[in-house]
Amino acid sequence: MKSLLGDANVLHQQEDLLMYEYDGSVEKGRPEVVVFPHTTEDVSRIVKLAAKHQVPIVGRGAGTGLSGGALARSGGVMIVFAQMNRVLEIDLENQRAVVQPGVVNLDITRAVEKAGLYFAPDPSSQKSCTIGGNVAENAGGPHTLAYGVTVNHVTALELVLPDGEIVRVGSHHGDAPGYDLCGLFVGSEGTLALVTEVTVKLSRKAEAVKTLLAIFDSVDDASRAVVEITARGITPAACEMVDGWTLQAIEDYIHAGFPRDSAAVLLLEVEGLREAAESQAAAIDEVCRTHRAREVRTAKDDEERDLLWKGRKNAFGALGRLAPSNYVLDGVIPRSKLPQALQHIQEIGKKYGFAIGNIFHAGDGNLHPIVQYDPRYAGAFQKAIAASEEIIRYCVELGGALTGEHGVGMEKNELMLLMFSEADFDLMRRVHDAFNPDSALNPGKIFPLSKGCGEIRVKAKEAKSVTG
Amino acid sequence: MTATADLAARLEGVLGANRVKAEEGELRAYVVDGMTPGAIIRPASAEEAIELIRFALKEKLSIVNCGSRSKLAWGMPPSRYDIALDMTGLSAIAHYDPGDLTLSVDAGMPLLQLEKTLAEKQQFLPLAVPCHETSTVGGAVASGIDSTLRQQFGTARDFLIGAEFVDGKGNLCKSGGRVVKNVTGYDLHKLLIGSLGTLGAITRLNFRTFPMPQEFGRFAASFASIEGALNYRALVEKSGMPTANLELTSPEAAELVSGILEKTNARVTGFGKPGQWGVYASYEGNASVVERISRGLDKLAREGQAAGSEKLERSTGTIIDGVLREAFDWLRQAAPQVALFRLTLPRMTPAEFGELSAIAEAASVRSAVMERAAGVVYFASFAEDEPQESVEALQKTAEGVFSFAAAKHGHAVMLHAPLEVKKRVNVWGPKRADWVLQQGVKRAFDPQGIFAPGRFVGGL
Repeated sequence: MKSLLGDANVLHQQEDLLMYEYDGSVEKGRPEVVVFPHTTEDVSRIVKLAAKHQVPIVGRGAGTGLSGGALARSGGVMIVFAQMNRVLEIDLENQRAVVQPGVVNLDITRAVEKAGLYFAPDPSSQKSCTIGGNVAENAGGPHTLAYGVTVNHVTALELVLPDGEIVRVGSHHGDAPGYDLCGLFVGSEGTLALVTEVTVKLSRKAEAVKTLLAIFDSVDDASRAVVEITARGITPAACEMVDGWTLQAIEDYIHAGFPRDSAAVLLLEVEGLREAAESQAAAIDEVCRTHRAREVRTAKDDEERDLLWKGRKNAFGALGRLAPSNYVLDGVIPRSKLPQALQHIQEIGKKYGFAIGNIFHAGDGNLHPIVQYDPRYAGAFQKAIAASEEIIRYCVELGGALTGEHGVGMEKNELMLLMFSEADFDLMRRVHDAFNPDSALNPGKIFPLSKGCGEIRVKAKEAKSVTG
Repeated sequence: MTATADLAARLEGVLGANRVKAEEGELRAYVVDGMTPGAIIRPASAEEAIELIRFALKEKLSIVNCGSRSKLAWGMPPSRYDIALDMTGLSAIAHYDPGDLTLSVDAGMPLLQLEKTLAEKQQFLPLAVPCHETSTVGGAVASGIDSTLRQQFGTARDFLIGAEFVDGKGNLCKSGGRVVKNVTGYDLHKLLIGSLGTLGAITRLNFRTFPMPQEFGRFAASFASIEGALNYRALVEKSGMPTANLELTSPEAAELVSGILEKTNARVTGFGKPGQWGVYASYEGNASVVERISRGLDKLAREGQAAGSEKLERSTGTIIDGVLREAFDWLRQAAPQVALFRLTLPRMTPAEFGELSAIAEAASVRSAVMERAAGVVYFASFAEDEPQESVEALQKTAEGVFSFAAAKHGHAVMLHAPLEVKKRVNVWGPKRADWVLQQGVKRAFDPQGIFAPGRFVGGL
């Protein structure tokens, strides 16, 4: 690798590798070598060399992922895209930008905001997470409620396949004839190919934005307000819920102006023409008050708005100050079932003896229960995992899904059996093998290893044994 | 016993007589590019579709999936066509949660019928696609045809949240789910969009639905030159006023629209004036939003020196929306011989519009162009009923259009053309750089190649 990239772009000392053993999840996995390509051709050469030695490869952006997607589960080579961080082209007329995978999410918006444009997907980690990681995980964020997730904003990709070949899929302008490979690759969690260039859509900033904070004395009232907002066809750009326990943690840390004594708040945003934003805000105000909101505030200026969002986006950091460890879950339910789901999650918490906080994308039914546990007690981590599994199972029982935006990775690959049949896995495996036949890319992710998917399991093990 | 009668008899043995049709008159309705199937199967459940596909696998028979058959002539002629799998027997709503704005519906459900069900809850699905009177949900997705609402609501890719389908191994598979946000497993359902049934038989589709807008507004403007029309359109886009559709029509296209409108007694300024380019905007929202946009467009049309402009009555607007939605259908019928193209390109300049019509002129055929918002261009070339000359002219046009699209870093597909032209020019254009990957997907879904072999991109 050093001969390909130079000494400065290769790490292999144990103390250096430690840095890359973790991501944002509770999992770990240490690579044997970490490399920093500067060009697509570098990536291709790295992949060819790894293939020659039958060593597994995993791509990584900023390592903010929450499901272990960017961890080297089977050792091998980790390709970190930090040096491929250039915005290659900005096409204002067609509202497109072409960027390298290491570009930080927010930097795309920064590059085009003067023209009144922005990149819509806004994960909480948008100040550090990269577009390559967003593409791999099909990342979401609060405003995906109105504007869609990453896949809705990506039109073309340049890929490096496991044999080192460089291929382009999709089209700068969208709608290439043929199967929608771009749609398949976004969200495939680095198990099909490595992404070396991304063409994204740029959205036009709305004329008016109104940010509302609705304060409730019960979680149930807040969740019933969300159900009614959805059912009445009000379409906020964002609709986030933070429960009382989580609120206090945020206030201690950020002082965002969330009332400490409330049971839940909804942070809502409406956008569009002035007339649309005003009438939607009025409708939301009315629904919240009908559901016994104690108060509905409207942010009076950008400063107040930014502070409210800062509170929301930095919430997970704030929680770290409360319990020794937090396990952030990610599940999805039909939005009409929000009240019962939140009640049931509290019951699960009681059963296992954990406090469970909630801060999540209520508007699209994307729950993020936070299980607080103390790993110093024997068995606490295992118990937290068991409680989490019960919550996720419950989401699926309600007609929901395992993950709304964090991905399956190595966190939920065993739980995939809750949603998919043998026939589903068989087809997914055939698609996997069409691109990544030897499981050289990101082995041990998405597919369950325990049962039901024998061949993949064998391949993952083989990959591991090769690298010792 | 003829081969056809024998096939029908064997199919009846598997699925029962009432699922099989093989009368000559019936078979004629399922002809694809001059090829007649041996039998038509109309299953009543996904299980029956599975049985049929397993039978076809065992007997090495090939299948063309269809709904209302309005777009059966799309793509290349299949290399083999034994069985027409008519999915219209699967037409129930499996699940509809209006409070969650999610829907799960069988593929054979007619769009019109689905619209009525959703309208009862003041909701809709933004699939305003051609052949609206007959089209099924499955056909609308499998064809990947444009919706006139795509500027605001995107394509099926943006609101299809899950699917169930029978793959080429005869297994019922699913991907996605019934929730609006979901990253569990590969998004295989995205591959089905626009796949023309070459990956499997779609049995069920899950969508997010949308609240019906309170009010609709439509505004038509016409311009003496393409420069004027493009300038006005750019002003509208930069104004930040959201439009559901913003459609540009060449003088020839406007004239065709006008001809259709005459039959409905709706009088509209923007269409049909000799030599004028039209820009038609449709938009929606609450009453004050619609009012604001109407006023804004009026101002921009004046600033942009429109030759004529008019805010349309709701009833007139509904009619024009319908006419524009059906563009694919009336463009392909506007002359004895038509080659109709759909191009996706970066924004075209006035000179490039000129280049495009010059391609048809060089082949001595007439043409019309419409550019739908978001850069989708429909280009139709019209030839007379003189077989040999017309075929040559349309072939020349097709070659010109494909080179034009390639030179602009865009894509073209020939949506409709006489079979003789399709035999000379591949409707999908030149082979793509990602063909090997496309082939990989086809083989993964359909290892034996039983679904419409040869009909899709690159002979897949």
